[in-house]
Amino acid sequence: MERGFVKQLRHMQKNTQQNKQMSETKDTEDTQGKLWEVFIQSKKGLPFKHFGSVHAFDKEMAVQNARDLYTRRGEGKGMWVVPADAIVAVDPANDACFFEPADDKVYRHPTFYELPDGIKNM
Amino acid sequence: MDHLNLSKFCIRLGDHCLIMAHRQSELCSNGPFLEEDIAQINLGLDLLGQAEALLIYAAKLEGNTRTADDLAYRRSERQFHNFMLTEQPNTDFAFVIVRQYFMSLYLLKTYQVLAEVDDDTLSGIALKALKELSYHERHLSMWILRLGDGTDESQQRIQTAVNELWMFVGELYEEDALDLLAQQASYAPKGEEMKSFLMAQITAKFAEASLTIPDSIYMTTGSKQGIHTEYLGFLLTEMQYLQRAYPDAKW
Repeated sequence: MERGFVKQLRHMQKNTQQNKQMSETKDTEDTQGKLWEVFIQSKKGLPFKHFGSVHAFDKEMAVQNARDLYTRRGEGKGMWVVPADAIVAVDPANDACFFEPADDKVYRHPTFYELPDGIKNM
Repeated sequence: MDHLNLSKFCIRLGDHCLIMAHRQSELCSNGPFLEEDIAQINLGLDLLGQAEALLIYAAKLEGNTRTADDLAYRRSERQFHNFMLTEQPNTDFAFVIVRQYFMSLYLLKTYQVLAEVDDDTLSGIALKALKELSYHERHLSMWILRLGDGTDESQQRIQTAVNELWMFVGELYEEDALDLLAQQASYAPKGEEMKSFLMAQITAKFAEASLTIPDSIYMTTGSKQGIHTEYLGFLLTEMQYLQRAYPDAKW
């Protein structure tokens, strides 16, 4: 009899195998489970910020482990946990075109606006 | 309940928490992987906090003749009233999970009742502990499912832990004179009520996790009179070592 958890685990293993085939350089699977990235919102309305990562075998375990590592001291009001292999990263060394600041094109930088005094978190 | 009985009541509950906290602390650096190691220690820390609050209050009710530290570190085996279940060793990860899961249900029900009492200190302790315990139950029942419904080996190991620990569950709903006093004052649920709560929770979770409740009807008894399994003596020897070897040592 194959029940919920087993099914979920099988499904994850399959996904991980596919991911391994897709990118050989990024190996997130070891005996501690998959790698997940943790994002925490320190106050309502603020953006979620990357806090660190945890190992876990599924979503429920991932949020619990993240809670035990990162939110026991009142660090946040909200939390996202994302499978590390779901994040598409750009390599700064090879993809300079993503990051060139275009300093010679001043009109691209919104430096001519004055911020009203009341605005925080900008 | 008069002060002396209420103090005894707090010591019992504090003892459950203290002894479990020590068992959990033994897992430090021995968890199956880093995240779970931290999670298990956090459960222990929560329990230690509850034990401290309860023993401080018990000492105060006694009239401050002893401190909470005296209660924790200067009593011997026969003076402890923790359930035998709480002192059972960390034989393997499944034993830890089953022991803590049963106790998390017991504490949840206990604190739910205590949160309503007309005693600000106790209801305050209970309200804070309830938040912690609802997380304990969530984390532990996840492992009950995961191990019970995992591989053949994990299933066999957790079923073994259930079989070995089952005889200690009877104490969780046993009643003596102090329990009856506490029930009269609405400080504790009736034994029958506790039993039906535990059985309903465990039966439902075990069905989901493909685990079976053992048929055996033998249940241990005695911790309310200070009778324990052989494990408590060894646990106390380690836990109380510093205060026994260097009385009144502080840092």
